[in-house]
Amino acid sequence: MEFSGFLQIAITLVLMVAIVPFLGAYMARVFQFESTWFDKLFDPVETLVYKLMSVDTKADMDWWGYARAILISNLAMFVPVLGVLLFQGSLPLNPNGIPGMTPDLALHTAISFLTNTNQQHYSGETGASHFTQMVCFQFLMFASAATGLAVGIAFIRGILGRSLGNFYVDFTRGISRVLMPISIVFGVVFLSQGVPQNLSAITPVKLTDPYTTSTTTNGKTETSEVTTQKLFTGPFASMESIKELGENGGGSYGINSAHPFENPNPFTNVIEILLLLAIPTSLIYTFGIMAGNKKQGWVLFGTIFLLFVSLISVAALSELNGNPTINSVLGSANPNFEGQEVRFGWSETALFATATTGTMTGAVNGMHDSLTPMAGFVTLFNMFLQVIWGGQGTGVAYIIVFLMIAVFLTGLMVGRTPELLGRKIEKREVALASIIFLVHPVIILIPAALALAIPGVAANSNPSFHGLSQVVYEYASAAANNGSGFEGLGDNTLWWNLSCSVVLLLGRYAPMLALLALAGGLKAKRPVPETPGTLRTDTVLFGSVTAGTILILGALTFFPVFALGPIAELIANQAAKTF
Amino acid sequence: MQTSTKPNPLKTPESSKLQRRKVDGTGIYRRAIAESFVKLNPLTLYKNPVMFVVLVGTLVTFALTINPDLFGSQPGTRLINGLITGILFVTILFANFAEAVAEGRGKAQADALRRTKQDTLARRILPGGQKTEEVSSTQLRKGDFVRVIAGDLIPGDGEVLEGVASVDESAITGESAPVIKEPGSDVASTVTGGTRILSDSLVLRITSNPGEGFIDRMIALVEGAKRQKTPNEIALTVLLAVLTEIFLIVVATLPPFANFVGAPVSIATLIALLVALIPTTIGGLLSAIGIAGMDRVAQFNVIATSGKAVEAAGDIGTLILDKTGTITLGNRLADEFIPVGGHNGRELASVARAASMFDDTPEGKSVVKLAVSQGATNGYNLDGAESVQFTAQTRMSGTDLSNGVVLRKGAVDAIKRYVVDQGGETPPDLDAATERVSLLGGTPLAVCEGKEIFGVIYLKDIVKPGIRQRFEELRRMGIKTIMLTGDNRVTASVIAAEAGVDEFIAEATPEDKIRVIKENQAQGKLVAMTGDGTNDAPALAQADVGVAMNSGTQAAKEAANMVDLDSDPTKLLDVVTIGKQLLITRGALTTFSIANDVSKYFAIIPAMFSAAGIGALNVMGLTSPNSAILSALIFNALIIPALIPLALKGVEFKPLSANQLLTRNILIYGVGGLIVPFICIKLIDIVVTAIGLA
Repeated sequence: MEFSGFLQIAITLVLMVAIVPFLGAYMARVFQFESTWFDKLFDPVETLVYKLMSVDTKADMDWWGYARAILISNLAMFVPVLGVLLFQGSLPLNPNGIPGMTPDLALHTAISFLTNTNQQHYSGETGASHFTQMVCFQFLMFASAATGLAVGIAFIRGILGRSLGNFYVDFTRGISRVLMPISIVFGVVFLSQGVPQNLSAITPVKLTDPYTTSTTTNGKTETSEVTTQKLFTGPFASMESIKELGENGGGSYGINSAHPFENPNPFTNVIEILLLLAIPTSLIYTFGIMAGNKKQGWVLFGTIFLLFVSLISVAALSELNGNPTINSVLGSANPNFEGQEVRFGWSETALFATATTGTMTGAVNGMHDSLTPMAGFVTLFNMFLQVIWGGQGTGVAYIIVFLMIAVFLTGLMVGRTPELLGRKIEKREVALASIIFLVHPVIILIPAALALAIPGVAANSNPSFHGLSQVVYEYASAAANNGSGFEGLGDNTLWWNLSCSVVLLLGRYAPMLALLALAGGLKAKRPVPETPGTLRTDTVLFGSVTAGTILILGALTFFPVFALGPIAELIANQAAKTF
Repeated sequence: MQTSTKPNPLKTPESSKLQRRKVDGTGIYRRAIAESFVKLNPLTLYKNPVMFVVLVGTLVTFALTINPDLFGSQPGTRLINGLITGILFVTILFANFAEAVAEGRGKAQADALRRTKQDTLARRILPGGQKTEEVSSTQLRKGDFVRVIAGDLIPGDGEVLEGVASVDESAITGESAPVIKEPGSDVASTVTGGTRILSDSLVLRITSNPGEGFIDRMIALVEGAKRQKTPNEIALTVLLAVLTEIFLIVVATLPPFANFVGAPVSIATLIALLVALIPTTIGGLLSAIGIAGMDRVAQFNVIATSGKAVEAAGDIGTLILDKTGTITLGNRLADEFIPVGGHNGRELASVARAASMFDDTPEGKSVVKLAVSQGATNGYNLDGAESVQFTAQTRMSGTDLSNGVVLRKGAVDAIKRYVVDQGGETPPDLDAATERVSLLGGTPLAVCEGKEIFGVIYLKDIVKPGIRQRFEELRRMGIKTIMLTGDNRVTASVIAAEAGVDEFIAEATPEDKIRVIKENQAQGKLVAMTGDGTNDAPALAQADVGVAMNSGTQAAKEAANMVDLDSDPTKLLDVVTIGKQLLITRGALTTFSIANDVSKYFAIIPAMFSAAGIGALNVMGLTSPNSAILSALIFNALIIPALIPLALKGVEFKPLSANQLLTRNILIYGVGGLIVPFICIKLIDIVVTAIGLA
């Protein structure tokens, strides 16, 4: 069992790496406007779109123009989505008669999908009509992913000294040439595996294997035979692929990819993991190609890959070793099974949990609340760092920002003022990179501290260490635009909806603006020629330095939280104390 | 090329290191201790955000020492709060001390300079000419005319208008040999206030107002009075401030978390954690490193007008070097005699010797030396002979013997004309000999007796010993060297190949210098150069690092951002090394400081939250929560003075490639920064436990 579990993980990782050069090279062609096989297909469509939107494709934007286009277009998407969520009860394609969302829930949900987070304080079965699922969620899954992708590409262009490009063009090409084709292909695959795609109402179906239940009220026991089950289905196969590919993660069902209709079997499970990893992993290679230095791309990829593998190992071993308290009661060594789908087991659950939190996807195929302490640690760690692949487009940008800070801190040690890719890292760059580093702890730690300090708002289901993790996780997930939940929180409350909305917005747009400003500034810098005295960042040595910087700067910030959350829980768990 | 340098022929890069000006260390430390307290003033301390946070923390823990329940009932005792307060206070003092020591060295140097700056009586020349009045030197204004005579201190910076005199400039150069000052010449016509005229008299026009003279500016610079943060320092300060903010948030949000898990912490402990985490080590040493960088330049007798110039020196991509004085010894030396017109070597040697008998230049002396070694005879009676000096018009020099025989040596075409004018003939093999010398990169001098040319002396440019190796080191560091020379292409290419420079520009004009600088800057390179003439001033200003020779003109010195008091252009190479060393030191201590955080976390967090049962994280096995916190803080404080010598002296610089340097320094300061504090904190904990502090 151990061997096959690790083998599954290894095979998935091999496939993940195998995709990178192809998708990475393809995206480089797409965003450098080089010809691809699909030009004949896409060119007329895009031309039409540009015409309809009156986009001047030749007009490159400066960083603020690019940022403004993002803010305006995102606002334009947000308003109608909010309207639909509020009034979905009166809108068509609502066979199950799902009412409109309360204002705070609608606000949170709209922002959550707009920011590529898909943190859900509702449950798909009871909270969203088919119309909402398609028009709001699926639409924003494409739009928010394309927005992130555009920022990543613009950032890469800027730090390479090129014009940032045109947001509307990048946004359109991101959807038409990357997100849409892949989603269509894998939508069909999911359909073939049994993921529903319909507009039906909840249908009762006859159980092939009826069973009896007994309930005891006031000392009287009543038994009844259950012969039917109500099946909730909808237009979900088409949503499933962009949910993963766009690092969205918003489930059609409340329990997300743990539901057999969202993730029917181990094959779809692997497909989902590969889809959610595909773009953030490949974009690093895209960066290498665009920089004209594939080695730089591979070094960064390798650095993150090693961190990723280490984290998977920690999570998988932790899940494999299970809960010592239960094992001591059972008198045998069992892996953790709480909150997991038997179809997937410890290794697939650990792999999925690591991949979904490392990329900012947030889909889950098991309940993170039930993860063993160290696996829970891994999920938190991923969201605190946001670079173990990271978000759609923004992930590669954050990785480069970490590289920049690594250069700034250690680059002096070669006896020159620090420079990255031939551009000097000076006050402006450090200040803007600092915004990215500063925003994250601010919007996680401060609201979490408030939630725990103000009596009654946290509504967490656990006391002590695990309860602390639940609260911190929720904000970490919102801040990182991940969207997964530790759950166990009564999170559809005014406090959670509003506080998370603020965190979502700040976690998305503050770093984005900083990234674009950073790119705009670097673009304007006069490049410094490379000499033997130049610090090379495309070496294994510098990959290690970058990893060290990520670990020390990224993780140390949250060390006290780790210590009081998962680590304290682990130690207590080892001592066979239960909470 | 019109520029020239006054090189010190025997100075090699190595010997210039030996020439470091020693600063009198007595009193620096005593003064620095006093300064450490003065610098506690919050109005100045706030400029260092890291240390300012420590000061605020100290005040809070001090209040908690007086009243432990100031912010409500707290775990922790007055003793532990008091100890924390004490350690934090000492931390700030240590940081102040580091800065004060660095400044103190500059101050000592300034004092030495100031001693040369005395109020003297000056003879101001009254309008109309001949009459003078005695005024204090402080009353002199720009444009005043003064007369100085032997023995006077020169009352201010000035330009020589009349007279020739020798001046002792040792006060600023440390060079004891007097210098000749005379009008007209670019270099020799400026004098510096505070130097002493030894012979004759001069009429000067004062070129600076009191307090604005060269020495005044140097004093201000070395004292650091006008020291501004360099761009890289500013960027680093931003990062350190952000790290401080992040850790402030981390620590400020801890109490709700701690309370939630039932392990409340005291304010004093939180402050202890905060101070341990924020980058106090580099925060405390940052300005000392910068000041020390300028000071190290000053020890080489180079005055940098700003720290920015020193930092830029580390980034230099192209060095533009004058051939003469920098790459070659200033003087060409006789290497070979080539007889022509049927004469033999011995005859030529005898004529050359006699013609050079009164030539005191190194060239002349070398001719005599070579001639003697080649068996020159004393065939000429030099009794009553007269010297004929070299002039720019005749371009030859020689000896007129008392018997009427005329001996000359000089530029080949000048000698040719001289001989032809007297009805002589040029031997047919003269041109071949001349060309051969040129091809070898040498300078040919023709020698004649009367109207007969005897042959050619091959004057060879001597490349400074060790210079080739220096250029190889520079190349490994990625620095390109460009040699500029007024010589023709052939000569220049020979010297360039011998010295191993990357590029050369022959028959260069001052305009060429600017052009080369701009071309390299357009490629994104920083350019360094030396110069001394007024016509070098625009290039010095254009260069990112311009080092003016102190023997140079006022205009050159004003345009440059460094002045070399020894007027040794080779020092440019040392300046680059110092710039790199400065940057490496800053990077190394930053890396070390941040890497330290890991161990401090592992010391303090388990101790702080011992109530949460995370004692297993106490990997160092520290005795008790209190001893752990105190040990981490004591380490945090002690590491500052422990690193002061490194900050002042600078990390050793080796001319390696960037990757080799990075590997080496990451291992020492990065990995070392992770490991060393674990060991030190454990040791301190043992001591703290042994003396029963906690």
